[in-house]
Amino acid sequence: MNWPDLLIIVVQCLVIAIAVTTAFAYLTLFERRLLARFQHRIGPNRAGPNGFLQPVADAVKLFFKEDVIPSAADKAVYLLAPAVAVIPAIIIWAVIPFGCLNTNWDYRACFADPHAAGLHNILQIAEIDVGVLYLLAVTSIGVYGITLAGWASNNKYSMLGGIRSSAQLISYELALGCSVLAVVMTYSSLSTATIVHEQGGLWGIVPQFLAFIIFMVASTAEVVRAPFDLVEAEQELVGGYNTEYGSMKFALFFMTEYIKLIAVSAMAVTFFFGGWRFPGLEALGAGIEPLAGPMAASIAVGLASLGSFLLKLVAFLYLSVWIRASWPRLRYDRLMDMGWKWLLPLGLANIVYTAVVLVLVPNRYIAGLILLVLGLISLAVANSFNKVPKPVDNVTYVKDLRSQAMIPAATRATDD
Amino acid sequence: MTYPVPTPQDITGPALAGTTETMVLNMGPHHPSTHGVLRLVLELDGEVVVNVAPDVGFLHTGIEKTMESKTYQQAVVLTDRMDYLAPLSNNLSYALTVEKLLGVEIPERAQTIRVLMVELQRISSHLVWLGTHALDLAAMSVFLYAFREREQILDLFELVSGARLMTSYIRVGGLAYDLPADFLPTVDAFLKIMPGHVDEYEDLLTGNPLWLERTVGVGVIDAEAAIAYGLTGANLRATGVPYDVRKAIPYTGYETYDFAVPVGKKGDIYDRYRVRMAEMRQSISLCRQAWERLNEMPSGVYQTSDRKVAPPPKSEITHSMEALIHHFKLWTEGFKPPRGDAYVSIESPRGILGCYVVSDGSAKPWRVHFRSPSFISLQSLAHMGNGRLMADLVALIASLDPVLGEVDR
Repeated sequence: MNWPDLLIIVVQCLVIAIAVTTAFAYLTLFERRLLARFQHRIGPNRAGPNGFLQPVADAVKLFFKEDVIPSAADKAVYLLAPAVAVIPAIIIWAVIPFGCLNTNWDYRACFADPHAAGLHNILQIAEIDVGVLYLLAVTSIGVYGITLAGWASNNKYSMLGGIRSSAQLISYELALGCSVLAVVMTYSSLSTATIVHEQGGLWGIVPQFLAFIIFMVASTAEVVRAPFDLVEAEQELVGGYNTEYGSMKFALFFMTEYIKLIAVSAMAVTFFFGGWRFPGLEALGAGIEPLAGPMAASIAVGLASLGSFLLKLVAFLYLSVWIRASWPRLRYDRLMDMGWKWLLPLGLANIVYTAVVLVLVPNRYIAGLILLVLGLISLAVANSFNKVPKPVDNVTYVKDLRSQAMIPAATRATDD
Repeated sequence: MTYPVPTPQDITGPALAGTTETMVLNMGPHHPSTHGVLRLVLELDGEVVVNVAPDVGFLHTGIEKTMESKTYQQAVVLTDRMDYLAPLSNNLSYALTVEKLLGVEIPERAQTIRVLMVELQRISSHLVWLGTHALDLAAMSVFLYAFREREQILDLFELVSGARLMTSYIRVGGLAYDLPADFLPTVDAFLKIMPGHVDEYEDLLTGNPLWLERTVGVGVIDAEAAIAYGLTGANLRATGVPYDVRKAIPYTGYETYDFAVPVGKKGDIYDRYRVRMAEMRQSISLCRQAWERLNEMPSGVYQTSDRKVAPPPKSEITHSMEALIHHFKLWTEGFKPPRGDAYVSIESPRGILGCYVVSDGSAKPWRVHFRSPSFISLQSLAHMGNGRLMADLVALIASLDPVLGEVDR
């Protein structure tokens, strides 16, 4: 590797790290403003125009807060935990292709097989052959930060949060792995760039609809986001694992959570929504090239692909905020039930269908449709087994108290 | 069958002696979902609650004791501060008791206004219950929707009394002031929109699978146990016992209104939810009936004509010696009920709110005591919560709808 290439990589890393942390800051603003909209409020709008400087104000406040370490805490681990949490969240981004722009200014290379072309896409830091494995590995390291924080704080709420997190993250990792494995099988590649390339004709959501559903549920649980935010359930565990954390140490946990949320949304986009691909991108390049030359065409395609990626990402984040605004939280035992009894079997079944269909049906469009139908059928079957209680209206209206016995017969109520 | 009420020492004792394998967790008094300053001592096995002991008294304000050094009319102000989500119900229970001691007649218009205010209060209190209950299960939007409507009710209270929360509007002998001219149209507008908003809350929760999973079959209590623990109000009615003081021992003319008492069946959190939602709708209908009556009544009368209890109007004072004396006596000394005691219970939003007043014949009550429903419902926590998860306990506390100001008085 020569010097200019190394320099490009360093610059890429810096840009991504800064972009991701900025994205986190503005995601908090996005979430707060949007939640406010859902809830008939205005939301933060005082700092800067439309509250645009609110994240800055928050950061400044957190920087200046007193840094308290509980005297009973395990100091070294307590201090290490936020760093252990935040680093995996940021390095997830290394293998995600945000768009397509190469230094040879050849937009056509974007739509060719990324390995055959051999061109370096500067909108993806590292194109490694096992990108998917890297993603799975790094997301699962994230649990250590939370668990260590919960344990090192020496607080019972934190410890309960830490225990919940290890149980929850391990349970949902399996389902997450299963759903991603089905995608890997469909596109017969572990490289994120190839998976995006292969989704040229048909986005991954069609053949892998079931995997998408499993991925959405499992990844939401994996980043402990509502309605699976049991790890820090403030109504139950005060703050969960971060109860004893303040100032920037808390901010690092906060940052971890939101960066991971953006990261799994980016993974969902990459695996199921064609990554940076968007209909008409190639036509855009072809239209600009004769007018302004290959460089302009390549840059236009690069920016448009980046824009398409971000658009899809924001759609996912919107969905996440929407869910948070409207749904109650799951209970711990139901969460475990769901992970082990529903998502994991569905994920395994999906792998089996995918394998059989891909072997038997050579045409990928037909195979995709068959898989979609199978996915919908298995979701319907799974749903028919669900144990959610029915909303039974037990209310009777009594106008004359004497018309009814004071203590009803057979009142001994049964537990669920 | 015994119905135990564990004390904190029952749990901390064995733990301090080191004879248990379980963890003791102090939940509160500072905790996001203990609805104020309730302290719960939990014995946990993992996340399963083995035993729970409520520890009350962190909000003790000495209201009952302080009332002994106030005149009867001054003490009304203190009742606001007990159940701060339903001050008008507190006012009413106290006013009715003292009126019983005095033996005064309250004019029909004042009674109708009382019903209207207390039913509005019930809706507003249930809105806070609904909002905080949903918030405790992390359904955060419902909280803000509920508070949006509560705000309108508080504005109505501000219209009549000048205060949003501590209204002291219902006084011994009637009301503090007459209704302002724009009150009835504002109530009308509110009653028109409110049923739609109740539908909106139900849309978000009633059929929501996550809400059902968290509430159906959780925190179950049967009718027998509910009566043994002294549960009242919606908590009792959710178990299938049709008891409502408004029907059983009618006061302020409730017997003349057409309304039904919603009664549940299973006694779980979900039934309590359904019962309270149905109660809100019944209250809206009661408010509408009271509003219709008020619309037909001539305005002006809002307190008793007994000059020994209620002051004469200003116009009378300027030209009547008698009126001036009454006014002077009421403001320097207050009225003196005859020796004796009286007890009146009303159906507050939380259940039976009883008020017991003992008079020694002076202008100040000798003893005042309130039977507060929140205090009594908290003792059933162990019965319903033991063996469930900690998250269920949070839902359970919210569903009992305790107000800590009322618990500790």
